Amino acid sequence: MLAYLIRRFFAAIVMLLIVMLVTFGIFFLIPKWTGVDPATMYVGKQSDAAALEAVREKLGLGDPIFVQLFDFVKGILAGRDYTGGGSTIHCDAPCFGYSFRNEQAIWPVLKERFPVTLSLVIGAAILWVIFGVLTGVVSALKRGSLWDRFSMTVALAGVSLPIYFTGLLSLAIFTYGLHWIDGQYVSFSDSPGGWFSGLLLPWITLAFLQAAMYARLTRATMLEVMGEDYVRTARAKGLSESTVIGKHAMRSTMAPILTVLGMDIGALIGGAILTETTYSIPGLGQAVLRAIGERDLPVILGVTLITSAAVIFANLVVDLLYAVIDPRVRLA
Amino acid sequence: MTAPLHDTPADADPTADISVTPSGETRAVEGRSLGRIAWNRLKKDKLALTGGIVVVFLVLVAIFAPLIVDAFGHPPDDFHEDQIDPLLSTPVGSWGGINSHFLLGVEPVNGRDVFSRIVYGARISLLVGFLAAVFAVLVGTVLGVIAGYFGGWLDAIISRVMDMLLSFPQLLFIIALISVVPNQLFGLNGTGVRLLVMILVIGFFGWPYVGRIVRGQTLSLREREYVEAARSLGAGRGYILFRELLPNLIAPITVYMTLMIPTNILTEAALSFLGAGVKPPTASWGQMLSTAIATYQSDPMFMIIPGLAIFITVMAFNLFGDGVRDAFDPKGSR
Repeated sequence: MLAYLIRRFFAAIVMLLIVMLVTFGIFFLIPKWTGVDPATMYVGKQSDAAALEAVREKLGLGDPIFVQLFDFVKGILAGRDYTGGGSTIHCDAPCFGYSFRNEQAIWPVLKERFPVTLSLVIGAAILWVIFGVLTGVVSALKRGSLWDRFSMTVALAGVSLPIYFTGLLSLAIFTYGLHWIDGQYVSFSDSPGGWFSGLLLPWITLAFLQAAMYARLTRATMLEVMGEDYVRTARAKGLSESTVIGKHAMRSTMAPILTVLGMDIGALIGGAILTETTYSIPGLGQAVLRAIGERDLPVILGVTLITSAAVIFANLVVDLLYAVIDPRVRLA
Repeated sequence: MTAPLHDTPADADPTADISVTPSGETRAVEGRSLGRIAWNRLKKDKLALTGGIVVVFLVLVAIFAPLIVDAFGHPPDDFHEDQIDPLLSTPVGSWGGINSHFLLGVEPVNGRDVFSRIVYGARISLLVGFLAAVFAVLVGTVLGVIAGYFGGWLDAIISRVMDMLLSFPQLLFIIALISVVPNQLFGLNGTGVRLLVMILVIGFFGWPYVGRIVRGQTLSLREREYVEAARSLGAGRGYILFRELLPNLIAPITVYMTLMIPTNILTEAALSFLGAGVKPPTASWGQMLSTAIATYQSDPMFMIIPGLAIFITVMAFNLFGDGVRDAFDPKGSR
């Protein structure tokens, strides 16, 4: 068990380093190959030669690539100074970059927006796991019934619907049509009630789409598990059907679902950009979107890094939960 | 007594080819390849068939887009200000300006023909969806076979890379990659570069899914008796890979490819929706939806139509893909 945990933990650390390297590669190496001046991606399109030169100097774009990499990593671990064009900008310890366009460090922006995205994703995850798994289990147990066919058709439709379409539809119907829910996002510290009602619609819409996938996955896994020998054994030794399903079958059904859940939460922290755009929620995704429009590269870089870290963390948590659920992992 | 007697011929009648089999059973069994069996199963699956027909229809629409627009619409980039209410800047008439000249209405503000833009948008969606899947399948198959067949350190490296790519926040990395690509590349510009980059990047993040499946299949196929037999007869590595293994990988690869296309179409639409895909004036469904954000409260039709286009396309591919998967499933009934 301990060996397993240590192995997983180290794998996560290695993964984090690799992600850092890849991100660095995307933003510092690829422009080199394609012949784009990276400086233009830091100051926007309409900028004079002097500003470009200052940025080039501040970022050390003329330095060898390894020096740049070292500065980049050092910035994240210990902070760094950008010197050039006659001025110095200090960027504090977890320095995920500095937006020369908006003259601010990226870390405070990330720190402010990350909880927003996280609350969106976690709230939706709670909903979709409950409804998706329940639907899937009931469908599997009543295979071929009207309920099974109905919910699986809805689920298939759910997998085929993009959030930015259902999101806009839900807003058009429930917010602007029926005036049931006020679609505005309010921060939790301003008003917990407003925060809840503002996120309710995004949660439900996001959860609906995801629940569809989980229902399909749960159903398939459950059907497979119910055919296993140990389920027959459990029945044969006279356990009640609810114990067989609840304790024996559910345990193995949950294992693949947990794996997917870890990946999905991670993917959604990055993918919430679509939901955030649709509902105007000021999370990480919205920051990226604005950055695409303004060609403010450091923001994209920072968000990519921080969400990768979140993905890796989510997978680590899943690995730990795996050990709890699956005795083979725990005892190995 | 009469009932079962009556039942038997009635049962046998529709499947007349089975009643023939007793006379020449061996020949009938030999003659049916995996593809043939799958095709016969697919023909019986109504949902999958419906999906398949819609897919074929969409492909035809995409190919003949200019002809269709010539016949039923207006050039996709032409403005029709006369169709727009000057005060509200919404389309004149109800349902987003749908009438006999503008089959799906017009775009708010500038009055472009929604029908033409949907038809041309199909080109972008299908092109990116299909080519990205092809790219992913090519890379995934090659690397998956290498990992599964040769094993050892090659397998270790390829498997690690696949695991890693699968846990990347893909959408963000795709956006990041697209944002550092210049407007001119390989002699292409504008929309061409965007399309190429989207295909390569979406495909790049898709290959591990194929690679994992192919690797697993290769691992188990490698140990089969018939491969052993070929090897003991002195077959070379190339012969075993291409003549013994690859034909047996066609089924899972086909299934994965059909199920990958809809996912890719959704990704393309998402990128265009976020402004990281093709740029206007080139029409794409995702980008239409993003334009609709500003106006859907007063003109919901302009949001609903591209949304439905995406939904119908993706659903059709999913139904068809599910059917193909069931058809190739050796454990499947019939």
